[in-house]
Amino acid sequence: MLGIVRQKMLEQSLKKIRPAVAVLRSYSSAAKQMNVREALNSALNEEMSADSKVFLIGEEVGEYQGAYKITKGLLDKYGTERVLDTPITEAGFAGIAVGAAYYGLKPVVEFMTFNFSMQAIDHIINSAAKSNYMSAGQISVPIVFRGPNGAAAGVGAQHSQCYAAWYATCPGLKVLTPYNSEDARGLLKAAIRDPDPVVFLENELLYGESFPISNEVLDSSFCLPIGKAKIERKGKHVTIAAYSKMVGYSLKAAEILEKDGIDAEVINLRSIRPLDRSTINDSVRKTNRLVTVEEAFPQHGVGAEICACVVEESFAYLDAPVERIAGADVPMPYAANLERMAVPQVEDIVRAAKRACYRSVPNEAQHCWEGAASF
Amino acid sequence: MANWVRISSRSIGNHIRKRMNQGFIGSAVDINKSSGSSSALHGGRTVCDRNRRYLNSLPWNRATLFWFQRFKSTVAEKQQDSFLSSDTDDDQLSLDFPGGKVSYTSDMNFISESSQTRVPCYRVLDDDGELIKDTDFQQVSKEAAVKMYSKMVNLQIMDTIFYEAQRQGRISFYLTSAGEEAINIASAAALTEQDIILPQYREPGVLLWRGFTLQEFADQCFGNKADYGKGRQMPIHYGSKKHNFFTISSPIATQLPQAAGIAYSLKMDNKKACVVSYIGDGGTSEGDFHAGLNFAAVMEAPVIFFCRNNGWAISTNVWEQFRSDGIVVKGRAYGIRSIRVDGNDALAVYTAVSAAREMAVNEQRPILIEALTYRVGHHSTSDDSTKYRQSDEIVYWKNARNPVNRFRNWVQSNGWWSDQQETQLRSSVRKQVIISLIGLDIHNLHFFSDT
Repeated sequence: MLGIVRQKMLEQSLKKIRPAVAVLRSYSSAAKQMNVREALNSALNEEMSADSKVFLIGEEVGEYQGAYKITKGLLDKYGTERVLDTPITEAGFAGIAVGAAYYGLKPVVEFMTFNFSMQAIDHIINSAAKSNYMSAGQISVPIVFRGPNGAAAGVGAQHSQCYAAWYATCPGLKVLTPYNSEDARGLLKAAIRDPDPVVFLENELLYGESFPISNEVLDSSFCLPIGKAKIERKGKHVTIAAYSKMVGYSLKAAEILEKDGIDAEVINLRSIRPLDRSTINDSVRKTNRLVTVEEAFPQHGVGAEICACVVEESFAYLDAPVERIAGADVPMPYAANLERMAVPQVEDIVRAAKRACYRSVPNEAQHCWEGAASF
Repeated sequence: MANWVRISSRSIGNHIRKRMNQGFIGSAVDINKSSGSSSALHGGRTVCDRNRRYLNSLPWNRATLFWFQRFKSTVAEKQQDSFLSSDTDDDQLSLDFPGGKVSYTSDMNFISESSQTRVPCYRVLDDDGELIKDTDFQQVSKEAAVKMYSKMVNLQIMDTIFYEAQRQGRISFYLTSAGEEAINIASAAALTEQDIILPQYREPGVLLWRGFTLQEFADQCFGNKADYGKGRQMPIHYGSKKHNFFTISSPIATQLPQAAGIAYSLKMDNKKACVVSYIGDGGTSEGDFHAGLNFAAVMEAPVIFFCRNNGWAISTNVWEQFRSDGIVVKGRAYGIRSIRVDGNDALAVYTAVSAAREMAVNEQRPILIEALTYRVGHHSTSDDSTKYRQSDEIVYWKNARNPVNRFRNWVQSNGWWSDQQETQLRSSVRKQVIISLIGLDIHNLHFFSDT
């Protein structure tokens, strides 16, 4: 893996000149490819190497090399003191990790999927998220909860829910949703270095996807700021705000829209809490139209929050109602044909953008989630 | 209201009282119903019924009373009087605390983390399927034995072919019960149709026993229009209301507190049935295991907790899962009667579950059964267990300790089964499984010929 090789080469010099805060640089055109799995693995490796307080804990993270192979090779490199395989109890190991964080260690907790984090949610919210405030700043909980989130392929209702909106409600938590390898590396490093609890929502289907990556990203001091969205594609007619896998879908939708003369601006949110309200609003003030895209259930979702932010700050700039694309308002069905209907597809995003641009008849029944809920 | 112990001389009275209190506390309380201490015993609620029920649960109750009667005639009147007024003297060698009287000791001894020997494992057949001499077991009729054996073969073949079907891309996911056929079928055979099953996920044999057809299994795995779940659920998430088999739910161990709740509702309805809930060795680490067992004990619910200790939870072996002597010792921690059985011995499983059911239904109490076995297959089609365990270990358990072969030997040695029936059964089941998957009887397909 490129990251590890490079890190070994620069190890000596970097240890002396590592900056306290990573500086954002503009990136040169990328030469290398890296998949999200390698990006996460290299980020974990580098952070564990740089700070001996960082340790991994979760089910199957060690001997099995990680349920999705994200922690591959780390047990062999760092040993059982720093990569802990746990018995099956999310509540148990989340609690243990929070305790370790109270005492000053920096755990990175892996949930096999965030669906199982519900068995530990009391520890995440009541023990980790709220402690800093409740102790008037005396207790800091430098913990990261990471794992796959949202729909995979054919795994049914209990393995497919997206928890971005749930965790983003809670003050005291930071919620990050990387899309590509650059996001994965930069945001995971930022999360591990952050002194507060961070919920790091990955996506199982993106693990194997490769993205071009620049040399700056491969540097072991590379870090992305938390709370900043990225404009993946500049445009002027409509803003499409998405996170995680839906960023890829939105980019595809933008290509299709371009052929119809609609120049879409695609925002990769990267951070759900804190939400980058200024980037979203600046974009809407430019384009005057907004489509939000998420795979999650529609009610009380990220799209609803974005819409409220925009109405609060840029209402006068809106030329059309905000379009919200979300997953169907049903527990995720298993059968492939039903599953396809329960998650947004590229065509749904294209249609929503056209509705926002008044290029097609606004029709309530066309909304993805309402239509799907009728079966 | 703790009555502090007074250090007194070694009078006969003291000696008697000490003997009385070590293990005979309950009877002392009952006899002194009028005394104040019995109310302190139960936190102020003096309920004679509660005392009586507590007493009845002590196996030594009658012996104690008899013993006390004997002593009454030989004990000096003075001591007898002082004994009967239990307010002060009675508690000299015992302490009163919420939860009951407890005798005290001046020796500080920690209870060891493990006993010298592990809890022994109940088995009826030896590794070759021969009956062990002088063994206690529930006799099985020829019909029942043949049915049990056939269903074990059914399960084995269904697992093998459905696993291959996943590898061929016909279904998206599968998980086998290889090595646990005896647990699946024998436990199901010991129950009645009214007993409610809350499975974990490695117990399709229970549903097979109850009459779920191979076609119904296949339909669920495909998620097709004949699937009762209408394509909502992942493969192997079977459920059947008519067979009293709750749908498999992915989060681990959530079925245990639910089982206690369902058992409680059976109890309230006075049904002559129990709940049987299955869990693996890994699942016992979940918080719900504690909640489920503890509540079942407190509510006196008729539920059997059946733990399939197959040694592995994906790649986590039992040494990394817990440090107790398996699961059986945890029963006592909750006040639950427990037993350890050889999970690869169909007769032992059958006998233990039959007895457990009797106790659960007639005595309205939970029972814990730990069945020791081995997970021969991978955790699921998403796993390759050779990555974390030795291949020869897997092969050993698959062949030398195979529960199906073992039971077959016993059935055959009784003259109830033959090699010819074996061949017939296997080919017929294979045919049915394939038909359920592809809707065609491939054995009867006529391929092109030159005529």
